[in-house]
Amino acid sequence: MRIGTLKESYVADAALFDSRTQHVWLAIAAAALLLFPFMANDYWLYMACLVAINIASSAGLNILTGYTGLVSLGQAAFMGLGAYTVAILQLRWGTPLALNLLAAGVVAMLGGLIVGVPSLRVKGLYLAIVTIAATFIAHFLFANFDFTGGTSGLSMRPARVFGTDLDTSFRLYWLIVPVTVLMLLGAANLFRTRIGRAFIAIRDRDISAEVLGIALLKYKLLSFGLSSFYAGVAGGLFAYFFRVITPESFPLSMSIFFLAAIIVGGMGSTLGSILGAAFMTMVPELLKLVFDLLPGGADLTVFLAPVRLVIFGALIIVFLVFEPLGLAEMWRRTRRFFHLWPFKN
Amino acid sequence: MAIENPLIRCENVTVSASGKKLVEDVTFELGPGKFVALIGPNGAGKTSLFNTISGFYRPSQGHITFKGQDITRIPAPRRAKMGLGRSFQNIALFRGMTVLDNIKLGRHAHLKTNVFDALLYLGRARREEAELRRDVEERIIDFLEIDHIRHAPVSALSYGLQKRVEMARALAMQPEILMLDEPVAGMNREETEDMARFILDVRAEWGVTVLMVEHDMGMVMDLSDHVVVLNFGQVIARGTPAQVQADPEVARAYLGSGNVDELRERLRAAARPRAEAA
Repeated sequence: MRIGTLKESYVADAALFDSRTQHVWLAIAAAALLLFPFMANDYWLYMACLVAINIASSAGLNILTGYTGLVSLGQAAFMGLGAYTVAILQLRWGTPLALNLLAAGVVAMLGGLIVGVPSLRVKGLYLAIVTIAATFIAHFLFANFDFTGGTSGLSMRPARVFGTDLDTSFRLYWLIVPVTVLMLLGAANLFRTRIGRAFIAIRDRDISAEVLGIALLKYKLLSFGLSSFYAGVAGGLFAYFFRVITPESFPLSMSIFFLAAIIVGGMGSTLGSILGAAFMTMVPELLKLVFDLLPGGADLTVFLAPVRLVIFGALIIVFLVFEPLGLAEMWRRTRRFFHLWPFKN
Repeated sequence: MAIENPLIRCENVTVSASGKKLVEDVTFELGPGKFVALIGPNGAGKTSLFNTISGFYRPSQGHITFKGQDITRIPAPRRAKMGLGRSFQNIALFRGMTVLDNIKLGRHAHLKTNVFDALLYLGRARREEAELRRDVEERIIDFLEIDHIRHAPVSALSYGLQKRVEMARALAMQPEILMLDEPVAGMNREETEDMARFILDVRAEWGVTVLMVEHDMGMVMDLSDHVVVLNFGQVIARGTPAQVQADPEVARAYLGSGNVDELRERLRAAARPRAEAA
C-alpha cells in the first residue's frame, strides 16, 4: 500500500512521473525497449515497428479528437500526405532522412490546417464528414498526379543513415521507436501547459472557453495542425518501413482504425494512445493465431479480413458502452487496486 | 449620473436575438473600485447584458467602453486579456480537468508559452507553469480555502464548491473588473455567507471592481454601493440600495403591483371561479 507521495516544490508536483515506483517502472520499460531488438525475432521486430508507427499516429489523433473533441476520420489521409512527401523527396532530390520526416510533418500539417478551417462552424458528425471528404480528395490526388506515380504508387530505396541502409526491421527499429518516444513525450508535455488546457476547455465547453480568453479558431487550427503533423511524421515512418506506397495504402478504414485505437485505448490520455494502438495492431495477429488453432484453419484465412473489421466494430461498441475511458482507465483501476491493497478501494 | 473615468460604460446598448429585444437602450457606468449589483426579475436581461459586456453577444446598437476604449467590436478572448473576468450563472467549469487546471486556465490569456515551448517543456514553459502554480496556490487557492480539493475532478464537487472554483478561475484571469453571475444561487445560508465574505475580501485585497447579478436581496443590499434594476431589458431604476428598495417601480416589477391590498384582491378574484366550480 502506498500512503501518499510527498513533494517539496510545485515543480516536483507537476512532473510527468512523480513517484519512485514510476521511475523504476520507467527505467524497466526503457531497458526493455533497448534490449527488445536483440531478443526478438524478425516477426516481432516487424510488429514492434508497426505498433510504434500506429502509436505515433494515434497520439496525434488523440490530441485532436480525444483532447480537443473534434472528431476526425482523416488521419489516414494526413499519413498519406506525409508518406508521399518522404517518397517524393527521396526519389527526386535524395534529401536526408531527418529533413524528409520534418517535411512530411509540415506538408501534412498544411493539409490539416486546410481541413481544419471549417471546424469553427461545423462540429461533431458534420466535421467527421468534412474529414472523410478529405480522405477521398487525398486518394483522388494520389491516384491522378504524375509525380505521385498514379495508381501504381511509388517504390523507394531504403533510407540511408551514416552509410547504413535501413533495410531490416532491426535497423528501422532504431529510427521508428525513438521518434515515437519523442513524439509521445511532446504530446504529454503539451497537456501540462496552457496550450493543452485550452484544447480540453474547447472540448468541454467551447463557448465559455472563448469568454475566458481562448481564441477558438486559433486553437482548433493548432490542434488540427499538430494532429496532422504527427500523422505526417508517422506516415513518413510508414513510407520508410514499407518502401512501397500506393493510393490504396491509406484507405478510410485506416482512419477508422485510428479512431478505434483511441476509443479502445482511452480518449484524452497519452497512455490511451499507446495501449489502444498497440492493442488494435495486435488484434489481427491474435485473430490469425486463433484461426490457426481452429480445425481447417487454412481454409478460414479467406475470412480473416472481414472478421477483422467485424472485431474492430465490436470493440468500439463494447468499449463505448462498458469502458468509455478505455484501456487507460482499466490500467489506472488496476494500479489503484495495488496502491490501496489490502484495503478495498 | 456621470462618473469621471468610468471603468465600464454601456451607452444606449440594445441587443436583439430572433426579433426579440433582450436588452433595450441600457446606459450605465461602473466607476473603478465600485461594487454594483444588477437586479431584476427572471428574464429581465441581466445575463444578456453580462454576455454583451464579456463579448459573447454583439449589441445591435450602442457602445461599450472599457477604460475609455471602445470595445464593442473587440472579440471575447481579447476582452478577457484586457481585464474582464467573469463567472457564469450555470456553472461553466471544464469537467474533464482538475480544480487546479480549471483555475490555471483562467490565466490563459496572460501566458506566453507557445506550441514549441509546450512540446519541449523546457525554459519558458517550465518557468511559466511553476510561477503560475505558485501564484494560484498562494494567492487564490489559499485565499478561497479550496486547498483540500485542488487535485479533485470538478465533477465530483458539491454545487457550493463548484461556484467557489468558478470564482477562483475568474480571479486567475487577473481581472480589473470581476463580473459575477449569481454567485450564491442555490446555496444555503452558510454557503451564501461564506461567499459574501469571499467577495468582500477579494474587493478589499485585490482592489477589483465588482459587477454582480444576484437574486438574493439580502446580499445585494448588504454588499453593493450601487444597484441597477432591469425589467424587460430596460433600466427601470438605479441608485443606492436604500433608494432602490423604496422605489415603487421596483416593487411593481417584482410583485406586479406595489399595492399589497390590490394584489390580495386579485389573488382572491382568481381563486373564486375555481372554488365555485368545485
